[in-house]
Amino acid sequence: MSALAAVLAILTSDTGVRVAQPEPERAIVVASKPFGESYLLAEMFAQLLEARGFEVDRRLGLGATEITFEALRTEAIDVYPEYTGTGLLAILGEQPSRDPREVYRKVARVFRERWGARWLPPLGFQNTYAIAVRRETARRLDLATLSDLARVSETLSAGLTPDFIGRADGLPGLGKAYGLQFRSVRALVPAVKYQALAAGEVDVIDGYSTDGFIARYDLVVLEDDRAFFPPYEAAGLISARFQREVPTGVAALTELSGLLTEAVMRRLNRRIEVDGIPIPRVAAAELRALDLVEAAPEGSGVSRDVRSRGVFSYLWSQRQTILSLTLRHLLLVGVSLTGAIAVALPLGLALERSRRAAEAVIRSVGLLQTLPSIALLAFMIPLLGIGVVPALVALFLYSLYPILRNTYTGVRDAAPEAVGAAWALGMTPAQVLRHVRLPLAAPVIMAGIRTAAVINVGTATLAAFIGAGGLGDPIAAGLALSDTRMILSGALPAALLALLVDGALGRCERLVTAGG
Amino acid sequence: MLDAAALRAENITKRFGHVLALDRVSLEVIGGECVALIGESGSGKTTLLRCFNRLVDPDEGRILIDGVNATDLDPITLRRRIGYVPQDGGLLPHWTVRRNVALVPWLRQIENPHRLADRALALVGLDPADFADRWPRKLSGGQRQRVAVARALAASPDVVLLDEPFGALDAITRADLQTTFLRIRGELGISSLLVTHDIEEAFLLADRIAVLRQGVIEQVAPAAELREAPATDYVRQLLLRARVIAA
Repeated sequence: MSALAAVLAILTSDTGVRVAQPEPERAIVVASKPFGESYLLAEMFAQLLEARGFEVDRRLGLGATEITFEALRTEAIDVYPEYTGTGLLAILGEQPSRDPREVYRKVARVFRERWGARWLPPLGFQNTYAIAVRRETARRLDLATLSDLARVSETLSAGLTPDFIGRADGLPGLGKAYGLQFRSVRALVPAVKYQALAAGEVDVIDGYSTDGFIARYDLVVLEDDRAFFPPYEAAGLISARFQREVPTGVAALTELSGLLTEAVMRRLNRRIEVDGIPIPRVAAAELRALDLVEAAPEGSGVSRDVRSRGVFSYLWSQRQTILSLTLRHLLLVGVSLTGAIAVALPLGLALERSRRAAEAVIRSVGLLQTLPSIALLAFMIPLLGIGVVPALVALFLYSLYPILRNTYTGVRDAAPEAVGAAWALGMTPAQVLRHVRLPLAAPVIMAGIRTAAVINVGTATLAAFIGAGGLGDPIAAGLALSDTRMILSGALPAALLALLVDGALGRCERLVTAGG
Repeated sequence: MLDAAALRAENITKRFGHVLALDRVSLEVIGGECVALIGESGSGKTTLLRCFNRLVDPDEGRILIDGVNATDLDPITLRRRIGYVPQDGGLLPHWTVRRNVALVPWLRQIENPHRLADRALALVGLDPADFADRWPRKLSGGQRQRVAVARALAASPDVVLLDEPFGALDAITRADLQTTFLRIRGELGISSLLVTHDIEEAFLLADRIAVLRQGVIEQVAPAAELREAPATDYVRQLLLRARVIAA
C-alpha cells in the first residue's frame, strides 16, 4: 500500500520549482509548445504567477498546436503562449490577413464565442516567418531580398517545416507572390532544419523573425520586400475555466502585456538558443529587469551553463534531474507494461481456446500499433486530458500487441504432442494450461513481453508531448533548443533503461523457464 | 466371460463433418486380452481407440468400460484410470523422466508417486538410478517410448490404449520394445487395445485382430483364423499385400 502511495506521489509530483505560498485553491497549469520561444514565454508566465502567490503546474513542451490547443480547449491546461496567426490559420482554418490588429480582434472574438477561451492583450512583439540562407550563399549570389531569391531559386534547394509547405500563408502563397520555384523542397522538422542548412544539405529555410538560431548559425534573413508575410502577435491564450476560477491569476498575467518588444525577444531567444543559458534563469532575469519581480537573492551564477561545457560534465551536473526523470520514466513503463501483461496474457490464453475469433481480435489490436504515437496521444486528450493518465493509456495500448500475439502463438504451438498426451492421461484443462502449455510457451511469451518493454521505453519519451514528464522532457526541450547535450541527457538514460529492462526481463525468463 | 469385457463398443457411429469415420462398429476387449486394430490410414482405427478414453465421443452407440456406460463416467477420471501410449511418446519436455512417469499417480493423488514411477521404469527395463533424473531430450527414441509405456503403467491401470506405440522406431529397437511389451503383458495381465499399421506386429502381440476398412470392421479373429480364413476379399488382399499369407 505504501509502495503504491509512493508510486502515485512520484507520478503526480511536479518537477518544476515552487516559490510562493499557495494562496488560491488549485495549481494553475501553464503549458507551452515544443520550441524555444514558447518554452521561454510559458516559463515567464509561470514565474510571474508564482511571484504573485499562485501555485503553478508546468506542462512545457507539449507536442504541436493540435495537442496544446486541444488540451486548452478541454481545460486540461489553463494557459499557453500562442500566436494570433496560428490561431487564425491553423486553428480556425481561415485565410491570412494583412492587418495584425484585425487578426487579433477576430481570433479574440471567435475563440470567446466558440470555446470561451480568451486571448490576453498581446505581449508586445510581432513574429512572422523569415526566409533565411547561409551568409556565404547570400554573398555568392548577392541576395538581400526575396525578389533577389526568386531570381536564382531554381538553382537552390529548400528545407521547410511541413507546416509552412502546406499553409496558404506559407510556400504556396510565397511562391506565387515572388515567383519562387525551388529546385527541390524537402520537409524538415524545426529541430533539424538549421543543422541541415548549416551543413549545406539545403540552401534555404523558413524560420521566425525572433529566432535565436538565425544569429547562432550566422544566417542572413532575406527582406520580405513585397510584404507578403503578415506579422502576427504573440499573446497568452487562456482557458474558459482559468478565467472563471482564478480571475486574479489571469489579471496577473496581463502585467506582461505590451512589455516584450521584438528586440527584447530576439535577445532572449539568443540567450537560450545561442548561449545555452537555462530558460528559467533567462525568464527570471527578464522579469526582474521588467520590474515585475523583485530581485530575489539567487544562487549567483554558480551553475553557469554555457554550451562550451562537455557532454559528460553536463550530464553529471544534471544527475539529480536525470535521476528523477528516469524514475518517472520507469514508473510510466512499469505501470503501463504491468497493465498490458495483466490484460494481454489472459486474453491470449482465452483466444487460444476460441481460435476462430483469435485472428480478428489480434489483428484489430495490431491496428493500434500502426497509429502514429503522436496521433494516438492527440486522440487521448478529449477523453483523458493531458499528463500521466493518457500517457499510461497510450503506452498500455502500444504494449498489448506483442504480448497478445506471442502469448497466443506460443500457447497454441507449444509441443502439441505433449499437450495431447497430458490431456489423454487425464489432466484437466486448467492443469494442461498451468503445467504444460504455459511453461512450454514461456520463452515465446517472455519474448513478447521483452519486445513490448523495449518499445514502451522508447515510446514513453513521447509522453513528454502530453505533459507526462519522463526522459522525453529533455529530449523535446533539447530538440527545440537544438541542444545536443540536453537531448543526450534524455536519450542516453532512455537507451540504458531499455537495455536494463530487457536484461532484467531476460533474467525473469530464465527463472520462469527453469522453474517449469 | 462376456460380462468380464474390459472394453466394449456397441454399434459406434462417428462422423467428422461429412466424413463417416466409424459406421456401426462393435468390438470388445476381454480382461487380460490384447486386441489389435489394423487397417489403412483413415480406416478409423485411431478414432475407435480414442472412443474408449472419451477423447472422442461417438454420435451413436455406446462404450462400456468394465460394464459401465462411458457417458456416465467423468472423462477426466476415466482417462486417469486408463493407460495411454501415443506414437510420439508425448513426454512433457520440461519435466524429468521420473516426473513424467509419475504423472498419473500424481494426478490421482496416490501416495508416493515417485516410488511408483521408479517401479514402472524398472518394469520397462530402464534403471531408475540412471534414467529417472534425465530430461526427455537426452533419451534415444526407443528409451523415450519405454518411458511412455512406463508412464501408462505407473498407476497400475487395468486397461492400456496404445496408438501406434512403436511405429516410429527402427526395426531392431521396435523388436526390443515388442519383446518388453509381451513380457509386461504376461507379468501384469493387463487388457490392451493396440492400434498399429504393422500387421506383423499385430500378429505378434495381439490375441485377436480387428481389421477396419473405411469405418467398418471387416473381421475380428485370432491371428491363425485370420490367416486361414479371411472373411472378406479385402482382408485377404490386405494380408497378401503385407506378405503375411502367400498368394
